[in-house]
Amino acid sequence: MEETAKSGFDIKEFIKGLPPAPFIIGGFWVIVLIVAAIIDMPWIWLISDSLQRAAIWGMLTLAMVPSIQSGTGPNFALPIGLCGGMFAMVAAIQFGFAGVYLLLVAAGIALVMGIIMGYLYGVLMNAVKGSEMAIATYTGFAVTTVFFIVWLTVPFDNPFLGWFLGEGLRNTIALDAVAASQVLDDFLKIELGRLTIPTGTILVFLAFCTLIWLFFRSKTGIAISAVGANPMFARAAGLNVDRSRIIANVISTSLASVGVVVYAQSFGFVQLYDFPLWMAFPAVAAVLVGGATAQRAKVIHVIIGVVLFQGLLTTVPPVFSQLLAGADMTDAARMVIQNAIILYALTKITGGGK
Amino acid sequence: MIDSRNDFASKARAFLTNNVVTIVFVIFVVAGYFSSPGISVSGLLDEVLSRFFRNGLLVLALIIPVMAGLGLNFGIVVGALAAVLAIIPVRYFGIGGMGGLMLCFLIALPIALLFGWLTGKLYNKTRGQEMIAGIIVGFFAEGLFLIFVLFVIGGIIPVAAGHPMIIPRTLDGEAVPGVGIRAAFDMGAHPTHPVAMRNPDHVPGLSNSMDFLWQMDFTLALFIMAIGVVAFLVIRRIMAGKNKAIKKSSKLVFGLKCGFWGFVALLALHGFLMPNGMIFWFPAIGSGFQLPVSPFAGMRMIPVVTGLVILAFCLFTMYFTKTKLGQDCRSVGQNQQIANASGINVDRTRIIATMISTVLGAWGMIIFLQNMGTVSTYTAHRQIGMFSVAALLVGGATAAKAGVKNAVLGLLLFHAMFVVSPGVGRLIFGNELVAEATRNFMTYGVIGLSLGLHVWKTRKAAERELRLD
Repeated sequence: MEETAKSGFDIKEFIKGLPPAPFIIGGFWVIVLIVAAIIDMPWIWLISDSLQRAAIWGMLTLAMVPSIQSGTGPNFALPIGLCGGMFAMVAAIQFGFAGVYLLLVAAGIALVMGIIMGYLYGVLMNAVKGSEMAIATYTGFAVTTVFFIVWLTVPFDNPFLGWFLGEGLRNTIALDAVAASQVLDDFLKIELGRLTIPTGTILVFLAFCTLIWLFFRSKTGIAISAVGANPMFARAAGLNVDRSRIIANVISTSLASVGVVVYAQSFGFVQLYDFPLWMAFPAVAAVLVGGATAQRAKVIHVIIGVVLFQGLLTTVPPVFSQLLAGADMTDAARMVIQNAIILYALTKITGGGK
Repeated sequence: MIDSRNDFASKARAFLTNNVVTIVFVIFVVAGYFSSPGISVSGLLDEVLSRFFRNGLLVLALIIPVMAGLGLNFGIVVGALAAVLAIIPVRYFGIGGMGGLMLCFLIALPIALLFGWLTGKLYNKTRGQEMIAGIIVGFFAEGLFLIFVLFVIGGIIPVAAGHPMIIPRTLDGEAVPGVGIRAAFDMGAHPTHPVAMRNPDHVPGLSNSMDFLWQMDFTLALFIMAIGVVAFLVIRRIMAGKNKAIKKSSKLVFGLKCGFWGFVALLALHGFLMPNGMIFWFPAIGSGFQLPVSPFAGMRMIPVVTGLVILAFCLFTMYFTKTKLGQDCRSVGQNQQIANASGINVDRTRIIATMISTVLGAWGMIIFLQNMGTVSTYTAHRQIGMFSVAALLVGGATAAKAGVKNAVLGLLLFHAMFVVSPGVGRLIFGNELVAEATRNFMTYGVIGLSLGLHVWKTRKAAERELRLD
């Protein structure tokens, strides 16, 4: 009602309401790209690479939306879902599938794994309300190490999976051998000179975005958002807070599980062991870059955030190492940008403290 | 009768739930000890003690922030970074020995104070989420640190050509000043090291510069400690007779304590005087007995100065709770609003607690590195926060309550876990490769589990209170 009463469109209010992060990071990215063009680097190739990275990180970043909306905070326990998805890939290879069927079967198993593990994780998060983020981080680490033991002891004997000698699964399993490398990427692939667009992967990402967007318009989805916005009020209104949070974490974990299948096909390898440990932080940072906070997130934040953040991460290292005469600053630059974004979001959380 | 039995059962249950992490670790260590055929009491003690002296101060550094309600200070990593930043110039200019070590402590102090102040400011802005903020600030600081050591040193700060610490660079076959510090540099050999002894021109290094100052047989140190404890117990009992303010324990407890430490003293004395055992034969009565080989036979020496430094900081932490600042920290930790209402500057108290923790973390890291002997420039600090927090939690601390006892017990148990985990890997999975994963799992798991249990218990207690109201 108030909106209509206002005379026209207030541009000042509109700008004030915009989140600053996308503009700062986006502006920085554009500057780096301009610098790349000035020092005569193949900037179209940089954009192409950025797009590729954004497409494979899309679903992992999308996994942040349900957990943030339910009030659990960003899903720092993303490794749980990733382990489930990795296990699904390995199991599908073991059962002898190949090509697009491998991906479909893996996605199916990943979904089941994601639902089971997400349920358990949701129960845990309900038990530790108030300190979810720190505990989630270490739960993710702990599950990753549990899967270390799984990779070392699982009795899979497919020659693609194991070492030539010794026990345990390989560190990286090439998907070329089972014809599953870049299956989605190559679907309707567009190539314009140096610019390559992995259409299939992008379509899958956008399809999941639409699903999540629709879900948050359903009754259950709205209940989750209400629980996250104000749990006391939601409880008073008769919503089941714990149940909503569990559903949100099941969706989040399943997205991560299926997302890692998409990630692996585009990357061309399934990586085991250490791989999940540090995967949660870039996904958290990406959604925050898109304009989300640690307490509110929308699907559009994911789309904007993953393009800007992964774009920046892909572009900065080659340009900087060109500028700084070969000093490899990839890790350093990534750590500073990513963690500064997360820290900034942490300072904006309201309602903390005793 | 029934009441008292219920009371006992509920007490036992409370003891189990409150100490589940510690109990799990005790079981793990005992199981690991018996499933590792190659391990002996003295071998296990040797390993655990050397890790105890290496990590002691790093764990103690976590206690004061817990008291101030900041939870477990994962941000201690910035203190570790301050230590590496202090060591770099000292090693670059090759200042060694005790003087070099003191210089490290001195340079680390202002850097750690600054870092601690900034971290404290951040904690005040992320109230209620200090632990995740601490984890993330460690990563953030690592990024800045990497830029400094990889680019600023050599890139902006000029360095000498061909210095062994700097990544080498040649131009037309001639060495020119490089950019960035190498992935690892050594702390330089101690003057008593064989390498240094052979070479008269050797510049003394920082390796073991504190540990080798004064070393003592383990058995002698244990004997002195045990006698000291017995003396302390006796004196306190005499004092308690005169001064009613000191709590007097029952005769049985006093007797048991004195008996235990007296027995330890005898065991230590046996190890010191007759480590290889001895046969006593009394011809007059035609019989005798054999004293077995001491379980402490052949153990390494104890670094007395390092031990005394750790002891001093134990006492400092205990004394700190009795000072005005310590009391302020306590009140802030219990309830920030009430503390504020009673005139305590909450924000300032929290910042000071973080600063003390960061400084102790930096000094602890210097002790750690002088013991290790090499510095992995880019990664040495990485696991400091995690391992220290895990050790403290294993000792029975929670995010709201931690003391020196937890630190000491946790250090011993956590590092014993490290030593015996290959045995457990073999026992459970028949595969020693799993050891590394088991260690990491125990570390991550203990942090997740004890933080989770604490939050869960606090919430249950709050709900119970709400229901009573």
